[in-house]
Amino acid sequence: MNRYVTIWFPYFKTDAVLLAKRALAGKPFVLTVNDHGRKLITAASPEAVAQGVRPGMVAADARAILRNLEVMDDDGEAAGKLLKRLAHWCIRYTPAVMLDNDGLILNARGCTHLWGGEKNYVKDLQKRLIGFGFHARLAIADTIGVAWAITHFTKAQLIVPVGETMSALLPLPPAALRLDPYTVEQLEKLGLRQIKSFIGMPRTSLQRRFGEDCIKKINYALGHEEEIRELIFPPEPYQERLPCLEPIVTRTGIEIALEKLLETMCTRLRGEGKGLRTAILKGYRIDGKTVSLTIGTNKASHNEKHLQHLFSFKIETFEPGPGIELFTLDAQKVEDAIAAQTQLWGGSSELADDHLSELLDRLNTRFGEGHVHRYLPDEHYWPERSVKPAQTISEKSTAVWNTDRPRPLQLLKQPERIEVTAPVPDYPPMNFRVQGTLHKIVRAEGPERIEQEWWLQTGEHRDYYSVEDEEGRRYWLYRSGHYNETGKAQWFLHGYFA
Amino acid sequence: MIARLRGEILLRQGLQKTPGRTDLDMGLGKICKAFPDQVFPLAAVHEFICASNEDKTASVGFIAGLLGTLMKRSGCCLWVAPSHSIFPPALLAFGIDPSRIIFTTFSKEKEQLWVMEEALKCDSLSAVVGDIRNLDFTASRRLQLAVETSKITGFLIRQTTHINTTACVSRWRVSSASSSLPEGMPGLGFPRWKVDLLKIRSGKPGSWTLEWRNKKFKEVIQTPAVIHEEQRMVS
Repeated sequence: MNRYVTIWFPYFKTDAVLLAKRALAGKPFVLTVNDHGRKLITAASPEAVAQGVRPGMVAADARAILRNLEVMDDDGEAAGKLLKRLAHWCIRYTPAVMLDNDGLILNARGCTHLWGGEKNYVKDLQKRLIGFGFHARLAIADTIGVAWAITHFTKAQLIVPVGETMSALLPLPPAALRLDPYTVEQLEKLGLRQIKSFIGMPRTSLQRRFGEDCIKKINYALGHEEEIRELIFPPEPYQERLPCLEPIVTRTGIEIALEKLLETMCTRLRGEGKGLRTAILKGYRIDGKTVSLTIGTNKASHNEKHLQHLFSFKIETFEPGPGIELFTLDAQKVEDAIAAQTQLWGGSSELADDHLSELLDRLNTRFGEGHVHRYLPDEHYWPERSVKPAQTISEKSTAVWNTDRPRPLQLLKQPERIEVTAPVPDYPPMNFRVQGTLHKIVRAEGPERIEQEWWLQTGEHRDYYSVEDEEGRRYWLYRSGHYNETGKAQWFLHGYFA
Repeated sequence: MIARLRGEILLRQGLQKTPGRTDLDMGLGKICKAFPDQVFPLAAVHEFICASNEDKTASVGFIAGLLGTLMKRSGCCLWVAPSHSIFPPALLAFGIDPSRIIFTTFSKEKEQLWVMEEALKCDSLSAVVGDIRNLDFTASRRLQLAVETSKITGFLIRQTTHINTTACVSRWRVSSASSSLPEGMPGLGFPRWKVDLLKIRSGKPGSWTLEWRNKKFKEVIQTPAVIHEEQRMVS
């Protein structure tokens, strides 16, 4: 059974301004927007409303009523942001928080007993909101529609008991159903000033006169149709929560909280044969801010110790500030953990064990991505392109390693220009000079011609020679392009053989 | 009795036999005589000193030859280096599947050492190769301690001229040697290295010339005739 709490902030915008400017407290003021060259009031403070100023008036008219009225520009965005922050703050009452126009909607299902009943739950929430400096009206009911109607149109009642939806709704005016102003006006004209005077009418005639929307709103209010709203936090299928009795400020405290969360999370994952790939630890602080830590793994893991270790690299950045009252752990990416373990590299299964991927996780978490590489063959003859980095630890290539020609053990990133003496075209060179040292070539093999892959890059082909000097040191040299009659050919050193 | 006592001494020195692996033939032939107990120390960190890029490549070649045996049974190898310079396809010649080597690049030496130590603690790796220039005694001791519990093999390639005391079990220097071919044959011979074992704990240092032939080490005995022939070819 769902129980919805609606919170209505009748003076939200002005309250928001008051939070920022304490000096305005007790003074009448209005917020305006420019509209066709006049200043239209969008929100008025309670003091101004008491004197008869209403939103929708023009600022000049309001000034005529109240001489000391302060007029300010309305910053719509700031109010929206504040409402969102309040919604985030409300997460400590329930995970299901929704935004409304001038308020919030909470689904309190299964949460109220933690506060000792609905009455205490709503009272506590109201007390804290008022403590922040907001005018807030709350109600709890079976449907969003009724709770909304109660907050907006009655003064006393906080709680609509389960099953008493209809009786709570009956004495209220039609506007409480959230109908559009035109329909409300029509109903009033017909003398239907209370919901009880028309709710019993046949639906078909209501629909004919007042439209589809009217029926839908009635169904929403009575709970015949479920009202779907977007949650501010979409439910994470794998989430653990740990509320704390006292705010946590120490590192040890955070670690213990993390340990407990990981334990419950991993027990669940293990039971389902799954492991997590990304996890976020969030701490909700008592000053309303949230702090978070993210970790990622190379392979689905449900090893508490390992995950805790990964978090521990970053735990210094997790600032508890004045104290954390709620921890949540979300496993954002969850994968099957069993299938992946049987084969990783295709062949030796000993490799596939968790220790290695855990080691790589530690490297990635500590130093960031981009330090660990693994190489796979690629279908290219051009040496620089014949290997490609593997994307994942388990990736396999369809290409095979090319083994028919010798390749140097060390390849220079950038081929180095060398000076060469070569006797006849296409003969291996006699000697070459690299960085000022002359190497006399004793043995040589080649040439091995590697053509440019014209569909990727244009330029000269390369004629590679493997050469050995007097001391047995072996080099991989190449000549770029053909010999030509006029200039000297360009030679490069590209690698060292063992 | 003496053998038992000798074993005990080795144990105290941190050179423990790795169960089930002592039979692993590294293919080093006669060189094994230099090692304590005539077995290549697996649970140890070996240090390779080299001065130039060419010597470094020779060291990598020698290590790759050893890795080929180490990785044959299982596992993969982690390579810690300041930048990526190894050309993976070349490792095939040493019987290694290049995709089973994980290369890590870290520019700071402190990071390299941390990674090396963490990797040496991870017993699911077969070996860890580190291309680390400077290593002080404390750092090398840490690596050695990590290796003693995990029983995996570490190789350190140090391209430096500054040789200091380290806690590594052995210190090697590998440099290229001229290959030889039957007279009149064109091309290059099998790669040859002059392998100097400069220091080995509880063993006898020595010097050998090895050839990498058919994916195996082969010791080359340099007879005067061969040397003479080589000199003739050089001139």
